[in-house]
Amino acid sequence: MGLVEFIEGPAFWFALAVFVAGALWRFVGIIRIGHKPDLAPPKGSAGWGWIRGNLRHFFPRGLFAERTWMHVLGGYAFHLGLFAVMFFAAPHVDFIRERLIGVGWPALPRWGFIIAAEIAFAGLIVLWVRRFSDPVMRLISDWDDHVGSWLTFLVMLTGCLALERAHVSLRALHMGLVELWLIYFPFSRLMHAFTFMLSRGATGASYGRKGMTL
Amino acid sequence: MSETADTVIRTMLDQTDGDIAAYLEACVHCGECAEACHFYLATQDPKYTPTYKLMPLVKAYKRHKAPLRSVKGMLGLLPAEVSEEELREWESLVYDSCTMCGRCTLVCPMGLDIAGTIRKMREGYSAAGIVPDGLRTARENVVKTGSPMGVTAKALKAQIARQEKETGLEIPLDKQGAEYLALFSSMEVMGYPEVIGAYARIFARAGIDWTISTEAYEATNIGVQIGDGPLARKLVARIVDAARKLGVRHVISPECGHAYGAIRWAGPNMLGETFPFEVIHIIELLDRLRAEGRLEIGEKDARRITLHDPCQIVRRGGLLKEPRRLLDDACADFVEMKGSGVTNLCCGGGGGVSANPRAEELKTQAFSCKKAQLDAIDGLKAVVVPCANCRGVFEDGLDALGGDYEVIGLSELVADTLKD
Repeated sequence: MGLVEFIEGPAFWFALAVFVAGALWRFVGIIRIGHKPDLAPPKGSAGWGWIRGNLRHFFPRGLFAERTWMHVLGGYAFHLGLFAVMFFAAPHVDFIRERLIGVGWPALPRWGFIIAAEIAFAGLIVLWVRRFSDPVMRLISDWDDHVGSWLTFLVMLTGCLALERAHVSLRALHMGLVELWLIYFPFSRLMHAFTFMLSRGATGASYGRKGMTL
Repeated sequence: MSETADTVIRTMLDQTDGDIAAYLEACVHCGECAEACHFYLATQDPKYTPTYKLMPLVKAYKRHKAPLRSVKGMLGLLPAEVSEEELREWESLVYDSCTMCGRCTLVCPMGLDIAGTIRKMREGYSAAGIVPDGLRTARENVVKTGSPMGVTAKALKAQIARQEKETGLEIPLDKQGAEYLALFSSMEVMGYPEVIGAYARIFARAGIDWTISTEAYEATNIGVQIGDGPLARKLVARIVDAARKLGVRHVISPECGHAYGAIRWAGPNMLGETFPFEVIHIIELLDRLRAEGRLEIGEKDARRITLHDPCQIVRRGGLLKEPRRLLDDACADFVEMKGSGVTNLCCGGGGGVSANPRAEELKTQAFSCKKAQLDAIDGLKAVVVPCANCRGVFEDGLDALGGDYEVIGLSELVADTLKD
C-alpha cells in the first residue's frame, strides 16, 4: 500500500473513528457531570427556554452591534462559508456518497464553490487577524486557538488546491490535513461546534424557568 | 500545591456542575463579552474581559475534571496546576470587577453564564478565606447581628416607630397568621426607611394583611455575594423558619436585586426543599395589586422620569414588564433609557462590589457608563431605581461625577401617587 492509498484508506478511517469516539466521549462526559434538580417553583418552561436559548444566540443583538460588528461579520462569513464548502463542494458530495453513506445531494456549481470559499477565507482571516491585533483577543487567546485556526486554514487552502482533482498528491495532502483536523477536533476548542448547544441550552433553560425571553 | 490553593480548587470544582462545565468547554475566546462589561467599557483594560476572569477555574477544570483529560495528560497537553499566587492575583478580578450582572451572557455567541460561574469561583475563594476586607467585615456583622450593616431588631423597631408616626399607620410586627411577611435590606432600613412607610401606605390602601418579623427582617444575603454557601443557607433558613413560625402564605422580597435571586431562585435549592409559601417580589406584588384594581392612582408624577433595570431583578430575575406597567400608571412622562430592559447596563456596584472599599474607584468609573445613559435623556429629572443597593451606588456616583437627578424607589413613587 502506497502513501496515498494509506492516507485515503486506513488513515482516514482511523481519524474518523478518533473524531467520532472523542467527540462523543467529551460531549457525553460534560452531560454526565450532571446537575441537581431545581426546586424553585418555575414561572416558565425550562425545555422551551433551552430551545429558545439555542436559537436566540444565532442572532446578535443590535445594541452591541456597533462594538462587535467586525467579529460578527467575520464569524458569520467563516462559518457559513465553511458549512457550504464542507457539505456542498462537488468532491465532498461525491466522497460522502461513495465512501460514507451511499446517498448524495446536489452540489454547488464551481462558481458557487469559489464564492463560498472566498467568503470563508475572508471570515477566517478577519477572525485570525483580530486574534493577534486586538488587545483583548491577545490576552485571552492560547495556543489551541491558533492551532485550530491554522489547521482549518490549511485544510481549506489545500482543499481549494485539490479542487480540480487533477493531482493525486494534492488530494492526498488535503486528505492528510483533514485527518489531522479530525483527530485534533475532539481535544480542542473546535468542539464548540457541538458544545454550543449545551452552553446556550443551560442558560436558556435557566432564563426559561424564570419566565424570561432572552 | 499549598493548602489554600487546594481548598480553592477543590471547592470550585465541587461547584462545577454540568452547566458550568458546558460554559467552560464552549468558550471560543471571541472576546465579545468585553464589549458588554461596564468595567471594560469604562477602563478599556483587557484584564476586565469577563471570560478572562474565569481563567483559574478553566485551568483547574481542564486539569482535574474535564472529559478526555487523561488522554490529554498523556500527550502533555494539560494546563499547569493553578498556584496560590495566581489565585490571589485573580482575587480582585473575581470580587472587585464583576458585579455578576450577566450582561456578558447576552452578547456571548455561546450564551455563557459568566456571572453564575464567577459565583462558583467565589465559593472556592471564600472557603479558603480569600475575601476582600469590606466583605469580610460585612460577613462578621451578619454573624454578630444578622445584618451586613449591623442593623439590629432594636434599630429596626426605632425606624418602624418613626414611619408609624410619619404615616399615622400601624406597622404590624410579628403578627401571627398574617398573609404576607415583608423583608427589607439593611440599606433600606437605615438609608431609605421611608420604604417601610410606603409599604404601610400601599398595603393599607390595598387591604393587605402583612407583618414584619423581628427575627427575620433582613433580606440581604451576604453569603451569596461572598460565595459563602453555608452562610447563604443559614440566612435563607432564618427567613424560612420565621415564615413558618408566623404561618404566612407569601414572603415579600424587597427592592434589592441579589436578595430576590437568593430567596426566590437559589433559596429552595440551598435548603433542598420547595418552600411552603410563595416568594414574591414587591414589584410583582404591586403589579398584581394594580391588575386587580387595588391601587388607585391619583395625580401622576409630572416629571420626566426614567427607570434603571436592576440586573438581578430584570435580566436575571425575570421581572421586565411589571415595573414598566407600574411606571406607566404613576408617571406622566416616563421615558426609557437607551439599552433598557434585559440589556441594561449595571450600576457598577452589585455583587458585593459596593461593599468592597477597595473597588470604590473602579465602581465609580463603571458608573460613568450608567451616567452617560442618564445624560443622554433630554430634560430628565428623576430616575427610579428599584434596588436599594443600586440606589446607593447611583447616589454615590452622581455625587462623585455630578448629575442633578433625583434617585427614587419604585414603592415610594407608587405610594406617593396613590389617590388621596
